[in-house]
Amino acid sequence: MEDNNDAKLEKPAAPERTLMEEFWRLFKRNRLSILGLIIFVVFLFVALTGLFLTSGTDPLFDPAVVRLQEKLRAPFSSPNLQALHPDEVPTLGIYLFGTDDLGRDVFSRMLQGAWVSLTVGFVAVGISVLIGIFLGGIAGYYGDSYLKVEHVLLSVVMFAGVVLLGVDAHGAGAALLVLGHVYIFTVIILKATGRQPTWKRIALLRRKAVSIDTLIMRLVDIMLCFPSFFLILTVVALLPASIYNIMIVIGLTSWMGAARFVRAELLSLREQDFVTAVKALGIGDFRIIFRHMIPNAIGPVLVSATIGIASAILTEAGLSFLGFGVPPPHATWGNILSDGKRFIFDAPWLTFVPGIAILIVVLSFNLFGEGLRDVLNPKLRERH
Amino acid sequence: MLSFIGRSAVQKIVTLFFVSVVSFLIIYLAPGKPSQVDPLNPKFTPEMVERFRKAFHLDKPLHVQYVYFYKNLFTGQTVSWKDNQSVVKKIWERFLNSLPLFVVGTILTWTLSFPVGIQSAIRRGSIYDRSATFLSYLLISIPGFFFAYILIILVVTRFHVPVIGMETFGLGDAPLPFFVMDRIWHLLIPSVLGATGGIAVLSRYVRSQMLEVEGQDYVRTARAKGLPADQVHYKHALRNALLPFVTMFGLILPGLIGGSVIIESIFSWPGMGRMAYEAILARDYPVILTVNFLSAVLVLAGTFVSDILYMVVDPRIRL
Repeated sequence: MEDNNDAKLEKPAAPERTLMEEFWRLFKRNRLSILGLIIFVVFLFVALTGLFLTSGTDPLFDPAVVRLQEKLRAPFSSPNLQALHPDEVPTLGIYLFGTDDLGRDVFSRMLQGAWVSLTVGFVAVGISVLIGIFLGGIAGYYGDSYLKVEHVLLSVVMFAGVVLLGVDAHGAGAALLVLGHVYIFTVIILKATGRQPTWKRIALLRRKAVSIDTLIMRLVDIMLCFPSFFLILTVVALLPASIYNIMIVIGLTSWMGAARFVRAELLSLREQDFVTAVKALGIGDFRIIFRHMIPNAIGPVLVSATIGIASAILTEAGLSFLGFGVPPPHATWGNILSDGKRFIFDAPWLTFVPGIAILIVVLSFNLFGEGLRDVLNPKLRERH
Repeated sequence: MLSFIGRSAVQKIVTLFFVSVVSFLIIYLAPGKPSQVDPLNPKFTPEMVERFRKAFHLDKPLHVQYVYFYKNLFTGQTVSWKDNQSVVKKIWERFLNSLPLFVVGTILTWTLSFPVGIQSAIRRGSIYDRSATFLSYLLISIPGFFFAYILIILVVTRFHVPVIGMETFGLGDAPLPFFVMDRIWHLLIPSVLGATGGIAVLSRYVRSQMLEVEGQDYVRTARAKGLPADQVHYKHALRNALLPFVTMFGLILPGLIGGSVIIESIFSWPGMGRMAYEAILARDYPVILTVNFLSAVLVLAGTFVSDILYMVVDPRIRL
């Protein structure tokens, strides 16, 4: 009996594997998500090298060289060397993916477009995750504290001021903004001198108006009412054409999922002992939320972010296909496909090369995200 | 239950109000003025611009414009800036064009994804399950416009039927069966495209729901008492797995409006999506705002219906 106990104690009580080893073990079981990860790394590499090889004044692969005598050549065809200036000969010696209707090398254009897809995916999702974590974190942590009527009034005044400034009613807008700031400063100064402002005694101003949680969740509801692709299309069409506008607009219209996940996680984390412990240590609220609680709530956000990258890439491709986004000489996968649609029967490679590239990249993100979901699922983890 | 309905109706109306304000602000604060629609048009003199601004209250402050716009919307008097036609009438015509696409697409989605998902769950881990999983990822990941061109190339080169538009042009006095087949071919491909994403997502959802129910104790009991496998799957498990899907009927509603911009523009289908797209290009604000408002109404109505359906079908839920 005694021996048995000793034998048990010799083995350390800690888990045999570190968390990362455990994750990797679970991840490896899903062969499709390994495939997704590999494709993702390759895509990252291609996009980065593509950026270096196709930009600058004299790029190695020039996507902008127009060879009208060599238009709509099939993939793997060799260039007609007599008809070309030495500068115009493609770097690889053949047209690997063919040429388009202006004789531009599709391979170089694909290399150039990879970077656009990559950055759109990452920046848009980065924006949406940041907004989602911030709003979800506040809603989850301060869930049951209430805004008072005075806060609501103040923000209405300030918001109206900004809007009025925006619509050329400068006088009224500035007046409202000044009013709001005067109010804030008086409160700060009175607080510093330790006096209670007289109007604080008006009960109506101190009445609870709406809880922070309700406010943020109603905002989520409002955002969910907009048909997202239509909204993105409207805003992108009204703003000047630029890839950054697309990233920002996609980011601003897709944070709702992340906010909901973070809020739900924080609502349960809030009751746990480690949060009580850090509160007892007197650490500030924002540090508690973003340093201690969010890392524990990041799992579902990561999964939805990975899948969000896939859908942002699809959205950008759809927008370029409709003719919005990056202005013409620059290639994106969506506008290569869009330019090629007039030649689907004569030059199907102009449709298939970018189409399959988008498909593979989006698929890899979806598969990788699915693998991540399995890894982060506690039900599948080994019990200790 | 009545109090729940009342509360939720009030909440939805408040949300709708904010949606209307936000969409109005987005449109009007964006750079560019609607009166600059066509600066190159020689007929567009400054006097005309002035008259145009007067006629549509564009010279008034923003909040007055807002009130005018929604007053007109609710009395059905909103007119398009482009052709001065009633927006409601315009949307209704386009809606009737989009409706067949929506109906066929929805029927395809719901009739295909259930058998696929249920079979995947029953034969979990088999070749069938794994290929269905991979296929559904493929369908989620494929860009709609790329898939559209694959199908166009396939159908046009294999079956030699034209598929662009709602019907073949100049088919005036063709015999009836030929005419019907023509319409069906034109309808089929855009509907299949509209349904693919839905089939992929819904079948995955059916599968996971079914798997969850199959792991319940009462299913094990049913199996243990020697019931035939089919009866266990379809009578005991499936009926309980269906619960959440009843509520999803409400969520179909938003699909009624909108349509797919990309699919409709590829197939030159004169539906709602294309109308909205053209309105955006022409800065035809009344049309954009009306479409936006209607779709917000449908989203809210959809969640409302699904909440109520949930209470009706699941007696455990009391809101």
